[in-house]
Amino acid sequence: MSAPTLHAAAPAEEVAFYVTEEEHAHSGSSTMLGFWIYLMSDCLIFAVLFATYGVLGRSYAAGPSGADLFDLPLVALNTAMLLFSSITYGFAMLEMERNKKGMTLFWLAVTGLFGAAFIYLELYEFAHLIAEGAGPQRSAFLSSFFALVGTHGLHVTCGLIWLVTLMVQVAQRGLIEDNKRRLMCLSLFWHFLDVIWIGVFSFVYLMGVLQ
Amino acid sequence: MSTNPDFWSFVFGRLSWESFPFHEPILVATFIAVALGGVAMLGALTYFRVWGYLWREWLTSVDHKRIGIMYIVLALVMLLRGFADALMMRLQQAIAFGGSEGYLPPHHYDQIFTAHGVIMIFFVAMPLVTGLMNFVVPLQIGARDVSFPFLNNFSFWMTVAGAVTVMISLFVGEFAQTGWLAYPPLSGLEGSPGVGVDYYIWGLQVAGLGTLLSGVNLIATIVKMRAPGMTMMKLPVFTWTALCTNVLIVASFPVLTAVLVLLSLDRYVGTNFFTSDLGGNPMMYVNLIWIWGHPEVYILILPAFGVFSEVVSTFCSKRLFGYTSMVYATVVITILSYLVWLHHFFTMGSGASVNSFFGITTMIISIPTGAKIFNWLFTMFRGRIRYEVPMMWTVGFMLTFVIGGMTGVMLAVPPADFQLHNSLFLIAHFHNVIIGGVVFGMFAGITYWFPKAFGFKLDPFWGKMSFWFWLIGFWVAFMPIYILGLMGVTRRVNHFDDPSLQIWFVIAAFGAVLIACGIASFLIQLVVSFMKREQLRDVTGDPWGGRTLEWSTSSPPPVYNFAFTPIIHDHDAWWDMKQRGYTRPLHGFRPIHMPKNTGTGIILAGLSVVFAFGMIWYMWWLAALSFVAMIVISIGHTFNYHRDFFIPAEVVDRTEKSRTALMAGE
Repeated sequence: MSAPTLHAAAPAEEVAFYVTEEEHAHSGSSTMLGFWIYLMSDCLIFAVLFATYGVLGRSYAAGPSGADLFDLPLVALNTAMLLFSSITYGFAMLEMERNKKGMTLFWLAVTGLFGAAFIYLELYEFAHLIAEGAGPQRSAFLSSFFALVGTHGLHVTCGLIWLVTLMVQVAQRGLIEDNKRRLMCLSLFWHFLDVIWIGVFSFVYLMGVLQ
Repeated sequence: MSTNPDFWSFVFGRLSWESFPFHEPILVATFIAVALGGVAMLGALTYFRVWGYLWREWLTSVDHKRIGIMYIVLALVMLLRGFADALMMRLQQAIAFGGSEGYLPPHHYDQIFTAHGVIMIFFVAMPLVTGLMNFVVPLQIGARDVSFPFLNNFSFWMTVAGAVTVMISLFVGEFAQTGWLAYPPLSGLEGSPGVGVDYYIWGLQVAGLGTLLSGVNLIATIVKMRAPGMTMMKLPVFTWTALCTNVLIVASFPVLTAVLVLLSLDRYVGTNFFTSDLGGNPMMYVNLIWIWGHPEVYILILPAFGVFSEVVSTFCSKRLFGYTSMVYATVVITILSYLVWLHHFFTMGSGASVNSFFGITTMIISIPTGAKIFNWLFTMFRGRIRYEVPMMWTVGFMLTFVIGGMTGVMLAVPPADFQLHNSLFLIAHFHNVIIGGVVFGMFAGITYWFPKAFGFKLDPFWGKMSFWFWLIGFWVAFMPIYILGLMGVTRRVNHFDDPSLQIWFVIAAFGAVLIACGIASFLIQLVVSFMKREQLRDVTGDPWGGRTLEWSTSSPPPVYNFAFTPIIHDHDAWWDMKQRGYTRPLHGFRPIHMPKNTGTGIILAGLSVVFAFGMIWYMWWLAALSFVAMIVISIGHTFNYHRDFFIPAEVVDRTEKSRTALMAGE
């Protein structure tokens, strides 16, 4: 920080006051940062749900506990679906970098199938729990379980809708700049959900069956 | 089919003739007044054929300046509603003693104090702050718009949609009777079976989404779109406070969203998060909501601090004293605001250690805040102070806010808080900091930047009237409240037995009337200034001898803000440019890349009001339909790839030439 009085005393110093060469149209240069900030805010929603589960996770209200309910092989299969979908999304991004539209679409479709399988298995698990009388109304533990896992599932569902939309757009317009940026955002979102799921799997399911 | 009650309850959910408050004369009269006023306004708009202009130039605008102005208009409209609630409460408490029940039954009174709090925080203070940030920040950093212009428009309309949802509750059904934070179990389905809490939840969810997105937007703008040379330590202080506020928004509003979702699950699905049985824990709600709620008060006050910093240095014609310490103080407050939430419920019984921790962190916040006060005082010291209206608000703020801060430190002492918790002392304290800090700051900011937005200054006489009425009115209204609080009177009470208290409530009511005169003076000021706009006209673009970049462009600024992106060499960039003998570029203009307007934001927001209404009244078909419509329209919007255009160089040239002509006095 230099004192302003110096400049008044020495006005001869020549500086440029403005940019004469306007830089090229730069739409979307802050999109990745903006989307990242959004993801962090989403992360806070999960933080609240994890904290809620942390507080209420053992309030069984004389009802079933995680050890009674969770079917680990099923959850392991489910986890595998989501982890595979992240890998295949990664393949899609590699193909996108090579500007191969067809292969990108192929891997996006595979990702979508894995994601749909994940949602299917989750809904199956939920239906099973509710049929056993272990619905979200049964106890605070189950309320917080359904809220946390359900919110994650809802995010994956949104991701699937977004994925299909992007596939249509890539098919229509090809791998143009705008579409690449959008695929990058979805990529962040998709991997983010993977990370969250690893938290859910360890914190809710693995620790749940230990209790 | 038409006689089948199942069919009608499917169509209308819980809504029936009994939902309309025909038996409440106050509401019926208000409704008639609003309806007549609304019809008159719509008629006038149609008669003068301004619908097309409004739609093209304002409602669908993605221009950050216009969105900022619309936020402030929203805030002023909602201020009238929120203040009407305040006057009604003051009147009720002034007359409801002994045998007199007053004129507001508890059911109505409880809705009023809840609505007052919700509206003043979410739909007055927040839009004022967001509006000012929207208008000022891109101009101060030498940018042409925010990072995501469409998102900005959408955020604004979601805030409006939240406000509309809350306003509907006035005439259809009821509002929450729970207090502005809707603590369970009172706000659970058993405690509040009506639609009031649902209006509260959906109003806040819709508006909260808008706030969150505008937070993301402004952070990205400040981080990515600064003009060349503007390093972080050359940012104007207002932009710094805006950055910290938006960081707080992004880091706290998701918590509000999540906790309200959990409350709605309790109410709609029958889960047990905050119930008193089956393992639920109501105190968890109180914790979570204050993890949002405490940062929220700093979200409001930090931009006000920013305004005062700009005003003080402009009207003392001096560089701000201790710029660096001001920035660090702001950042420290940002961080500390996350470590104090428990001071809102010391009486919960967390134990001495926890209470001590939060008591001490709370007291520590007064240190950076105190540093700021000293910075402003030292800026004034030996400055050439011009007591224009914004400067008066600033000095009024410093005197008032310091008292509010000190009562805050008193409340931060846990043993004292056990006495003062939920008393009127607390009410007086937070009104002291919110009126004395946020409101005064926003009035200072509006008066300061008004000529930038509209090209003429606000009339100083009515500005001073407004200032003195607000200042004196505040003290007359809230000193008695402090005293009553120290005597142990609790908040949210609509009838008192002890007649010795009445005189204090009467004085407080008189103070509220003085504040009403302050609001009226402000409105008169707007009208008078508009009538006298030719006398108050400013053609220089720099009416106050400003120091930051927004004063380097014309008033009102052109759509593109700056014909050429400025290069920054020092902070107080515009002052520096003036010192170095800057001359306006007059030729060599180039086409400017700008975003296109879009109606998607207002359409989505309208649908979210319909969705909220469907959810509130259990009209599931309506909620589902509007939800699907929102998804389809959002997806449809992403298929539009042509969102920007170039302003041709000739248009820029013409705009700048007309400014040159104006400045030459032609």
